[in-house]
Amino acid sequence: MKQSLFEIIENRPLTDSVMLMRLKGDTSDITGPGQFVNIKLDGLFLRRPISVCDCQGDVLTLIYKVVGKGTEVMKNMTCGKLDILTGLGNGYDMTKCGNSVLVIGGGVGVPPMYMLARLLREEGKKVTAILGFNTKAEIFYEEEFKALGCETLVATADGSYGTKGFVTDAMKDLSYDYFYTCGPEPMLKAVYNATPVSGQFSFEERMGCGFGACMGCSCKTLYGNKRICKEGPVLEKEEIIWEK
Amino acid sequence: MGKVNTKVDLLGIELDNPIIPASGTFGYGYEFAELYDINILGTFSFKGTTKDPRFGNPTPRIAECPAGMINAVGLQNPGVEKVVEEELPRLAKCFNKKVMANVGGFSVDEYVYTAKKLDACDQVGWLEINISCPNVHGGGVNFGSYPDSAAEIIAAVKKEVKKPVIAKLSPNVTDIVAIAKAVEAAGADGISLINTLLGMRINLNTRKPIIANKMGGFSGSAILPVAVRMVYQVANAVSIPVIGMGGVTTAEDVLELMMAGATAVEVGAANLIDPYASRDIVLDLPRVMEKYRINDINEIIGGCK
Repeated sequence: MKQSLFEIIENRPLTDSVMLMRLKGDTSDITGPGQFVNIKLDGLFLRRPISVCDCQGDVLTLIYKVVGKGTEVMKNMTCGKLDILTGLGNGYDMTKCGNSVLVIGGGVGVPPMYMLARLLREEGKKVTAILGFNTKAEIFYEEEFKALGCETLVATADGSYGTKGFVTDAMKDLSYDYFYTCGPEPMLKAVYNATPVSGQFSFEERMGCGFGACMGCSCKTLYGNKRICKEGPVLEKEEIIWEK
Repeated sequence: MGKVNTKVDLLGIELDNPIIPASGTFGYGYEFAELYDINILGTFSFKGTTKDPRFGNPTPRIAECPAGMINAVGLQNPGVEKVVEEELPRLAKCFNKKVMANVGGFSVDEYVYTAKKLDACDQVGWLEINISCPNVHGGGVNFGSYPDSAAEIIAAVKKEVKKPVIAKLSPNVTDIVAIAKAVEAAGADGISLINTLLGMRINLNTRKPIIANKMGGFSGSAILPVAVRMVYQVANAVSIPVIGMGGVTTAEDVLELMMAGATAVEVGAANLIDPYASRDIVLDLPRVMEKYRINDINEIIGGCK
């Protein structure tokens, strides 16, 4: 973990409610895909945890949905510096997948799949990306995944684009060795039940600190209690206990 | 700079400075030792430890407030055996001072059992008995809510241990002075306060409480004035040392609680927002002391006119 100041170099809308922010700073503690950063914002007590969409050189890319006070503050920033904790969380383990990999993102669960897909492609893996959204107007990053050389399938709940239904409808007839996923918990659970193949899931929980001190985001797993912010947010399929 | 005296005596053990990260915001210390040398601290109070391992409350456990937060973690901890066998040896590798052991429980016997186990550890300097966690015992009723039950726990623990016993008090009571006097009479060597204030937040969209446990403990800079008031009231009513805490974010806050009567000061929620908060307060303390023309920090304890 590292605390440092990042300079905002870009902050623009991707859809009506989803924004892309690029920042420049010390990214040396971001060690792999699936980690998150925790951002201090003026006037708000708690930091805001946001998943890392991509990190290349000293440029950090975040994609966030404007859903509350914190993301509203972020949305209105055009320049300046942000106090950010980087290198948080235990991300995706890329050593466990075979050669044909499925990455499944739903809504703002799509961004962390991007860096993962990019790195998997750089390792020469065959990557199929399934991106799930509610409706056509909410779709973002389809072209970016295609540009990585991923076969990219989009599912919309209302059928306004791509496969009508959920990500699980789009993954029905595919064959793959392993999968990685991030999205709302009902989607994660549906993916869990939809395939016999092994994979890794990234979870979300309300956090106090984001670095393992407060025990605010604990969950039970078959391998014992884990903190979503520290041992997570990525858990392996074999250890998950669905509680909610 | 560097000429001022920040050393204080806390129940027979000298602290290099009065800064103590509070229980529940500093784990068992070693997590923070990855970030800085935690020997810079006066000491710290480790995560509230109970007889048996506890997962704690369901999530969500955290809600935000203006200038603060609410938590309902519910004393998640690995249980005292694991703390003694695993956590303390791990801490010994990065912390060479005495640590404050924070003890939780659900019955007199449990408090005594856990306190005795920790009393036997060389690393432990003090036993801070948490009779005030708002997140267990079904919504705020706890031993610390009444003078008699508070005194019962402290007397029972005190009888079985050798190390100084500090009673950690809840602010969620009608008369904090009555509780403070009761634990002093029961043999407490010191008092720490305030634990968190019982609070609640509601999600306007779902119309449900944000926290799964509905209520939780409110902490953060917003509660500093409550802490100053209660430390002042208690320090003026008892003759044992008082450790002040509640909303401390800066070295100025430390001086304020000490003027109110605190011998040492715990830093809580600030550690969760800025992992370096306690270290930075230690580093800033001499500068702020010079600003207010304080040569020896002991001269301001209870110095509020």
